[in-house]
Amino acid sequence: MTPQTISQKILAKHANLKFVEPGQLISCKVDLVLGNDITAPPAIKEFEKIGVSKVFDKKKIYLVPDHFTPAKDIKSAEQVKMMRHFAKKYGIVNFFEIGCMGVEHALLPEMGAIKPGDLIIGADSHTCTYGALGAFSTGVGSTDMAAAMATGEVWLKVPEQLKFIYKGKLRKWVEAKDLILYTIGQIGVDGARYMSMEFTGPIIKQLSVEGRLTMANMAIEAGGKNGIFDVDTKTAAYLKKAKAGKGIVYHSDPDAEYKKVYNWDVTEIEPQISFPHLPSNTKPVSKCSHVKIDQSVIGSCTNGRIEDMRVAAKVIKGKKVHKDVRLIILPATQKIELQMIKEGLTEIFIKAGAAVSTPTCGPCLGGHMGILAEGEKSIATTNRNFVGRMGHPKSEVYLSNVAVAAASAIAGHIVSPENL
Amino acid sequence: MKGQAWKFGNNIDTDLIIPARYLNTSDPAELAQYAMMDADSEWVDKMKKGDFIVAGDNFGCGSSREHAPIALKAAGVSAIIAKSFARIFYRNAINIGLPILESPKAAEEIKEGDEVEVDLSSGTIKDITSGKTYKAQPFPEFMKKIIDAGGLIHFLRKK
Ligand code: SF4
Repeated sequence: MTPQTISQKILAKHANLKFVEPGQLISCKVDLVLGNDITAPPAIKEFEKIGVSKVFDKKKIYLVPDHFTPAKDIKSAEQVKMMRHFAKKYGIVNFFEIGCMGVEHALLPEMGAIKPGDLIIGADSHTCTYGALGAFSTGVGSTDMAAAMATGEVWLKVPEQLKFIYKGKLRKWVEAKDLILYTIGQIGVDGARYMSMEFTGPIIKQLSVEGRLTMANMAIEAGGKNGIFDVDTKTAAYLKKAKAGKGIVYHSDPDAEYKKVYNWDVTEIEPQISFPHLPSNTKPVSKCSHVKIDQSVIGSCTNGRIEDMRVAAKVIKGKKVHKDVRLIILPATQKIELQMIKEGLTEIFIKAGAAVSTPTCGPCLGGHMGILAEGEKSIATTNRNFVGRMGHPKSEVYLSNVAVAAASAIAGHIVSPENL
Repeated sequence: MKGQAWKFGNNIDTDLIIPARYLNTSDPAELAQYAMMDADSEWVDKMKKGDFIVAGDNFGCGSSREHAPIALKAAGVSAIIAKSFARIFYRNAINIGLPILESPKAAEEIKEGDEVEVDLSSGTIKDITSGKTYKAQPFPEFMKKIIDAGGLIHFLRKK
C-alpha cells in the first residue's frame, strides 16, 4: 500500500478511494459545512439558484453569525436575518443567536462538533483551525458552501505535504502562537501555498489542545490548505470533555512522502511580533524598540480561549492599563465568558481598566468594537495585520501572543512580560 | 477580450481587494465601488470595463470572502493575470466565473497601461503594446467544465 499522510488518508476515505496523490482532483463527501454572517448570505443566494428543495443534511450545516454581531448596523442585521430565515426554512439545527454564539472556530471545537478523521469545509479561511483535532478542515468560498449545502460534496485538489518538527525547550512566555508566527516568518505568507502543513515533534506533544488550535488556525497565513496534528491522549481528553464522538484516528505512515520537512529547535525562540503589514514580518520581541501603541486587543479565533484569558490575567493582575492605551478583551464564546467570571478573571480585567466584550470577531477584521483611526497602532492576538485590517488604511496592527499583548497594554509600548 | 493592464505587486490580500468594513452587504454593484480601495482609492474611477489586473505572487491571499472576486468582476475586470494565486481566491474565481490566468512571465513583463488581449479558450495572453505573446497554465479538464458552464452553480444545475 502506498504510504500516506493523515491528510491524504482522510481525503481518500471521503473520496471513496484507497489512496490519493498530490495534484489529484477529487470529489469528497463532507461531514460539516460552516458559514458566517459575511459568507453565508451570498451562499444562501447561490443555494436558492441551484433549484433543490432541501439541504443535504439538516444537522451538518453550521451557521454562526459572529463577525458583525451583535448586529453593528442595519445592513449587518439584514444579513443575519437572512441566515435566520434560511435556517428556519430548511430546518437547519445549528444556527447560533447571540447569547449562545461564539467566534465560529472557538465555538465548534468547544461544543463537540469536530471529530478526528472528519472532512470539514467552511466559508471562512480560518476553518483550518480544526486540524488541531485530527480533522481535515479547509476554508472555501460562498459558492462552494452553497454547493456543499445542496450536495454534501466538495471538489478538492489533493495538496502536497509539508512537515514541521519542533524540538528543544520552550522559554518562559513563549506560547503556541509564537511557534506559528515564527514558522510563518521563516517560510513566508505563501510558503505553504496550496499545501498541507503537518505539525509534529516533542514540543507539539507538550502543547495543550488549545495551543494546537492556535497553531492550526494560522496555517492559512502561510497559504496552507490545512494544518494537521496527530491525535493523542490530550486530544482524546479534549474530545471527551466536549462530548464529541471519537471519530476515526489516522496517523501518517513513517515513510509517507513530504515535499519538505522543516526541523526546528525552539530553545532560542523568543515571543514573536509580526510587524505591519504581513504576518510573515516577524521579529523577536527583544528587537522591538519602543513601538508605542494606542490599543491592545486580546481575543479572536486565534487566542480568545480560556487558557489565553488566564495568561492575560496572570500578567495584568493588580496592574493598571497604561493611560494612553485602550485594552479590549474578547472572550471567544459564551462558555469562556462565563468561565472568566467564575475564575475572577473578568474582575481582574475590569479593575485594571480594560473593556471586556461579549463574544464577537469585532475589531479582528475591522468590523466594530475597537476600530483604529488614522495613524493609530494596535497590538493584537489576532491573526492578520494587512493594510486596513483593523480600521483606517493608515493604521497599523502588530500580531503577538497573549502575554505580550497584555504586558504591552500595561507598558504603553510593545514589551515582553519579562521586562514589565 | 481586450483592455488595459493595471499592475499590482505580490501578496495582494483580500483586505486590499475589498476591505471588511464594506462586507455588510453582498450586492455586487455596491461592492464594486470599493474594489482595491485600500491599495489605490482612485482605481475604481480610473479603470475601464474590460481592463485587466496584472499582479505578482499569491494574489488574493487572506480571507475566504467571495466578495473579493465578485467586487472585481462587478467593477468590470475581464481577467486577472498573476504569477500565482492564493488557493481560496483561485477556487472562488473559478466558481463565480471570473477568468484567472497564471503566467509568471506575462505577469513580470506586462507593464502598467499596456494594451492586452486575452484568448481564454487557448490561454493566450498578448501584450499589444510590446508585441509579446504568452501562454497561461492550462486548466485541468474538470475545472474547464465548471468554467465553461459559467461557474459552479450553473454546472450543478446542468447536472
Ligand atoms: S476572529 Fe478574526 S480571523 Fe477569526 S473568524 Fe473572526 S474575523 Fe476571522
